[in-house]
Amino acid sequence: MSDEVMKAPAIAAINLTKVYGSGNTEVIALNDVSLTVGRREIVALLGPSGAGKSTLLTAVGLINPPTSGRIEIGGRAVLEGERALVDLRKFRRENLGFVFQKANLIPFLSAVENVQVAMEINDVRPRQARKRAMDLLEYLGVSDRTGNLPDALSGGQQQRVAVARALANNPMLILADEPTAALDSFRGRQVMELFRKVAHEHDAGVIVVTHDQRSLDVFDRIVEMEDGRLRPHKEAQVAGH
Amino acid sequence: MNLAVKDIKHNVGRFMLTTVGIGLLLMIVMGMSGIYRGLIVEATLLIDHIGADLWVVQSDTRGPFAEISRIPRSMKDRVLAVPGVSRTRSFVSHTIQREHHGHPLRVVVQGLSWPEDKGEWIPLISGRYLSKGHYEMIADKSLGLELGEKLALGKDTYEVVGLTKGMVGSGGDGLGFFTVSDALSIQFDQPGEALRLERAARRERIASADLGRLQPSLVKRAAGLSSSIPALSPQAVNAVLVSVEPGCCPEKVISVLSKWPDISVYTTGQQRQLLLAGMVDKARRQIGLFRILLVIISMIIMALVIYTLTMDKIHDIAMLKLIGARNRVIVGLIMQQSVLTGLLGYLLAYWLGSYAFPKFPRQVIIENQDLLALAVVVLMISVGASLLGVWKAVKVEPNKVLAA
Ligand SMILES: Nc1ncnc2c1ncn2[C@@H]1O[C@H](COP(=O)(O)OP(=O)(O)O)[C@@H](O)[C@H]1O
Ligand SMILES: [Mg+2]
Repeated sequence: MSDEVMKAPAIAAINLTKVYGSGNTEVIALNDVSLTVGRREIVALLGPSGAGKSTLLTAVGLINPPTSGRIEIGGRAVLEGERALVDLRKFRRENLGFVFQKANLIPFLSAVENVQVAMEINDVRPRQARKRAMDLLEYLGVSDRTGNLPDALSGGQQQRVAVARALANNPMLILADEPTAALDSFRGRQVMELFRKVAHEHDAGVIVVTHDQRSLDVFDRIVEMEDGRLRPHKEAQVAGH
Repeated sequence: MNLAVKDIKHNVGRFMLTTVGIGLLLMIVMGMSGIYRGLIVEATLLIDHIGADLWVVQSDTRGPFAEISRIPRSMKDRVLAVPGVSRTRSFVSHTIQREHHGHPLRVVVQGLSWPEDKGEWIPLISGRYLSKGHYEMIADKSLGLELGEKLALGKDTYEVVGLTKGMVGSGGDGLGFFTVSDALSIQFDQPGEALRLERAARRERIASADLGRLQPSLVKRAAGLSSSIPALSPQAVNAVLVSVEPGCCPEKVISVLSKWPDISVYTTGQQRQLLLAGMVDKARRQIGLFRILLVIISMIIMALVIYTLTMDKIHDIAMLKLIGARNRVIVGLIMQQSVLTGLLGYLLAYWLGSYAFPKFPRQVIIENQDLLALAVVVLMISVGASLLGVWKAVKVEPNKVLAA
């Protein structure tokens, strides 16, 4: 990787607008939003329900293209409005990691296979993928349940498998939408700290949508959304060092 | 890691049930082509075994397998006189249905041109060929007769001296071989009363005619045995089987015989063709249509099951797309399951068929070429059946994951 690319931010969203529906049912979910997250930076995205947080996250996650605006990931322009400038699916599997409120594991694959599959679809050899999947699960503290189907795992264990899956391909950008909502506060904080560690140790940019006020100290920066607009978080400056 | 197999393991009950259902349907499709093949083999068994080069039949008829053909018994000797002909045999065949031990017994009564033909060409499984000009028969096992058993037909009783296996007529009824004269007397057997009435009628006719009044001895004669009246022709046979001298060209014999106005002549190939075109063709179309219907039904069932299996995991498919899986992975997941269902169904059909088909009352003959053709069809319907599911899966948006 060239220095140029290394220096580029993990994600740069520029003047994003997203309009759902039309006419009477029109909803402006993103209203000229710009957001840049550097590599080795973990950002919390706060805001009331319906503010547009998920819309922003899925837009930069390349699964819900904005109506207009531009998205650059790792210094590379990938979306210009709804128009894709790269193969989005290829870009997702190589560069992005997702965690949602629900783990969304594949029910017919065991814990380790759920992590493994993310690497195999990214052309990692099965054996290598399996080994890394095992390592990740151990790292996340679920090494004793690797052979179990998701149904046999607790909510917290499922979510940690989902986190392992998101980390599997060493993504440049990790997007997490209320990842700890289903976890107790101890586990929740553990996951947040893990994200911070991944951001800082693996040069990734991380955006986490959260309502958990107690974990905010984990983040490098906090931004807040309201009515489709972004604004800096007031207490953020205080919470910092 | 093979996603299709992993999913099947997770859904094993439903998958097995579908496979068994498809397997049974395919077994019927397989059996139908086997029944058709069996039909042809059984229909042409006699023509293929009897070893004639040419068939001489009643003029302008299509031969004894297609319609009634009658030619005089003396035809055998007339044809033998044609240069190039080495051997002639009379052919008599008709089906009778009688009671035997309280069950209906259907026998194709087949005449052998005794003494030239003692039945040496018939594949026996036990016993011997005919050794007397009368009252012996060779029976097929399917008739349920034992070696040495006596069977009363008409006014005479016949002893089973030899047994065959799988020798049946075009209707699937077992063959019984008799001498030609026995076969004819079975065919033309009449009760005593009918004979008496026939003689009385003959007597009345001649007595009331000029000839009878002029020659009273004729009236006496007319009331006697049919065979002692020279003016009455002997019973007719159905065809004459002609063997051509080895080295001689059958074309020459044909060109001579085809000039005779009272007969028609066919080669064995033509006779076979006439038989198949006439009686087997409709059965073939009937069975063919049935097979097409069953194949379509199998495909619809498979399509429905594959579609439901796909829709059940549409959320997982969206998730796979979200994390960047190529369409190849997703299409592979669905299509492999479909093809696997078809393939296992096919193997099951084959396996079940190998037990079931031999127990069928008529021959079911499974030929390799039919098996291969069915395999190709199964592959095609498997792929076809998956298309609906594939289409849905390819269309689903990755952000469907979040709409739960
Ligand atoms: N698929 C959609 N179609 C129409 N409206 C939507 C859709 N998704 C979200 N919205 C609307 O967009 C706004 C922002 O939603 P969302 O991004 O989910 O907010 P948040 O995640 O902050 O709760 C809401 O008013 C929501 O109703
Ligand atoms: Mg949301």
